[in-house]
Amino acid sequence: MTDRAPTDWRTDAMRRRIVRRYGAERRFRMFGLGAIILSAGFLAFLIVTMVMQGAAGFTETRVSLPIDFAAAELTVTPEQLRGDRGNLALAGAGLEGVVDGAAGAAFAQQGGAELLSDGAWLRVRDTLKANPGMLRGRTAIDVPVATDIDVAYKGDGTPEAEQVVAALGDRLSRGLNRDFFGNADATDPTRVGIWGALKGSLLTMFVTLILAFPIGVLSALYLEEYAPKNRWTDLIEVSINNLAAVPSIIFGLLGLAVFLGTFGLPRSAPIVGGLTLALMTMPVIVIAGRNAIKAVPPSIRDAALGIGASPVQVVFHHVLPLALPGILTGTIIGMARALGETAPLLMIGMRAFIAAPPEGLTDPATVLPVQIFLWSDEVARGFVEKTSAAIIVLLVFLLAMNGVAIYLRNRFETRW
Amino acid sequence: MSLGALFFVVAALGLIAWFVARARAVAFRTGRRERFSALPGHHGAFVALWTMLPPLIFLAIWWFTSPALVTDAVIGTAAAANLPPPGFERAAILSEARNLSRGEAFGAFHDLSELLAPAYAAAQSRYDWIATALAALLAFAGFAFAYARVRPTFAARSQVERIVMVLLLLASLIAILTTVGIVASLVFESARFFSIVPVTDFLFGTHWSPQVIDPRDPGASLGAVPLFWGTFFIGAVIAMAVAIPFGLMSAIYLTQYARPSTRRWMKPVLEVLAGVPTVVYGYFAALTVAPAVRDFAVSIGVSWASSESALAAGLVMGVMIIPFVSSMADDSLAAVPNSMRDGSLAMGATPSETIRKVLVPAALPGIVGGVLLAVSRAIGETMIVVMAASGVAQLTLNPFASTTTVTKQIVDLLTGEAEFDSAKTLAAFALGLTLFVVTLLLNIFALIVVKRYREAYD
Repeated sequence: MTDRAPTDWRTDAMRRRIVRRYGAERRFRMFGLGAIILSAGFLAFLIVTMVMQGAAGFTETRVSLPIDFAAAELTVTPEQLRGDRGNLALAGAGLEGVVDGAAGAAFAQQGGAELLSDGAWLRVRDTLKANPGMLRGRTAIDVPVATDIDVAYKGDGTPEAEQVVAALGDRLSRGLNRDFFGNADATDPTRVGIWGALKGSLLTMFVTLILAFPIGVLSALYLEEYAPKNRWTDLIEVSINNLAAVPSIIFGLLGLAVFLGTFGLPRSAPIVGGLTLALMTMPVIVIAGRNAIKAVPPSIRDAALGIGASPVQVVFHHVLPLALPGILTGTIIGMARALGETAPLLMIGMRAFIAAPPEGLTDPATVLPVQIFLWSDEVARGFVEKTSAAIIVLLVFLLAMNGVAIYLRNRFETRW
Repeated sequence: MSLGALFFVVAALGLIAWFVARARAVAFRTGRRERFSALPGHHGAFVALWTMLPPLIFLAIWWFTSPALVTDAVIGTAAAANLPPPGFERAAILSEARNLSRGEAFGAFHDLSELLAPAYAAAQSRYDWIATALAALLAFAGFAFAYARVRPTFAARSQVERIVMVLLLLASLIAILTTVGIVASLVFESARFFSIVPVTDFLFGTHWSPQVIDPRDPGASLGAVPLFWGTFFIGAVIAMAVAIPFGLMSAIYLTQYARPSTRRWMKPVLEVLAGVPTVVYGYFAALTVAPAVRDFAVSIGVSWASSESALAAGLVMGVMIIPFVSSMADDSLAAVPNSMRDGSLAMGATPSETIRKVLVPAALPGIVGGVLLAVSRAIGETMIVVMAASGVAQLTLNPFASTTTVTKQIVDLLTGEAEFDSAKTLAAFALGLTLFVVTLLLNIFALIVVKRYREAYD
């Protein structure tokens, strides 16, 4: 036994030491909190930036354009405007020229027809089709303005454009840009829309889902329930785990070499995008599915086997229904990841300029993230807000999908 | 008939087969009391599977092969004699003719495609008829084969289950097939590349400028060392300098300090950060972070700072990786036995001393494994560097200078206007192969480290 006096905690040295140690403790804790807050702050900053920039992308600036249709003498009767033929009739009668002329007369000081968006005459056309009576008179129609005026009216323009905005005064107004939800890509930022890209995304996701979900679920069932423990099973497991970690661009190279090169499928088509993304999503579904299947207690299987069900009946009548919420959660998360994926789709040519929404699985198409990438490359100022607006749409979709996944998890997941 | 319609017809035939076979099985059961080997539904399923599977397998193969067959048939016609030699123009004419024949295009840019369109339509309809006839034949053959077996003594259920098992096995083989496809396509195209450019030039050359390739010595301008360095610098140095401290400290705070209520809403925030698409990060890096980094560099006196600096791309990539590092560190810390922590606290150590001197050292192998996985993800990340890093390859240690990465170069090489078989496009596959091998090795190594560490405490 050593003879040692107990530590005297009241000496100055010991007190200083305690203070120092507690100070270190506080600092360490603050560090941790700071790391969390900074990460969350970055997310908040990113979202706020996108919303601030993107909100303007959903609106357009309009100018009130006086047109005298009676004097313009369009060779169109109100009857001809009904139905789809009305578009052709008005285009054939030279409506675009009439609109440009009216702009030239009304805004001679501000650049005439240059003031209007390329799509302004389309707005006049649609208004005329809705109110054929206008053909006989003089009227004023709100039409979208060119992109530099649009940007200036929203407060970020060049000095010249600012002067034009000031000169026009209250003839300018702001409204919801409906074309943004109906159009596809265009060269004029005031005419672009995300519907084309959104439709491409939906078609691509459809292909991905109908391929990756059944294959993923079936292989998860096989690996978890039936697979004998041998070298082949190990090989399957290793490849699935590796596929989940392969960089996405490698899948793009695979799609380019195999689907486009060997099979000769069409470039830029949703079917190829869907196939490529399905290969990428499948491992995610398999891994999530296996975890969900593993969580089903063995007593369920034993009970079913005990009353005479065959192994296939045990799995398809009992295990699969119980594991389905977990599998669906994993599937939605995998699909959300596929929806945000860009790089592999660039490889298979989905970066082309596509001015019309795709009509089928083999039509040239683009998808939302690639559209964002393409617009971010544009130099014209008007594309900045459109890019951010498209990002908002994409994030809303992803948040909705993740929300559904979280809801499913909380609502249906059973804890055994 | 078109392929889509054929799929539906086959499905309808399968449904009919199911009803027919089931009705027959019900018929031979009525009025008899002996034990049967299968329920009527099993007989139905057996016949339906035999009716649908052969034509569906045929149609799936047909769907991949018929476009090439149709094109070959068109090239064999007299009108195709004037086609230009294989290349971009020929492909353009052929695809235009295909669109014309389907009524998807109204005008043609090439005169020749108008001539070829009727040939296309004829070949397409001929092959569609062949497909319809063969699919129908297969469906009826399968139906006849199976229907003849619908008897009271036939064990339909075990037959159906055997088919189901085969389907399950086939589904899980797709994963191997994908891996083989990736390796084969990368190796095949890379082999063609290395037959033009020596491997040593590619792996050890320090000059990368694919825009100007000297046809006599293509290897001189395809040395990938600057790309490897840029990838390592952005992904493994700058990004990790952000992700490791932030990810580790968030994991420590969340697992050791935070109240459960705080943790409940902080974890989803980190998950959202991980769920943001990389193209959004890329846009943010290019639009907001890169100019800020340049302004900062100029303000500290680096007047030549690039607006496509390695620092901007690396910082944003680091933020993207934070949740990944955090969740890996979270798992490793949770695996440390509680007795170690309790022992340390009982000795009078403060929580931070326990974490720094006991928990983190004990969890270190797991954390290192997680960081390796994070590095492998960072170097494979594409969109951030495509949008925020530059295309200029240079060997530099300066974070404000422009550097490029492997993934960025793959995208640049393959999306340019070049013919497919040039050294330039094949180089992308060689880069892809390198990337694949490196990420694979990193993953395997990391998994070994993590696994060995887990075993230590189990």
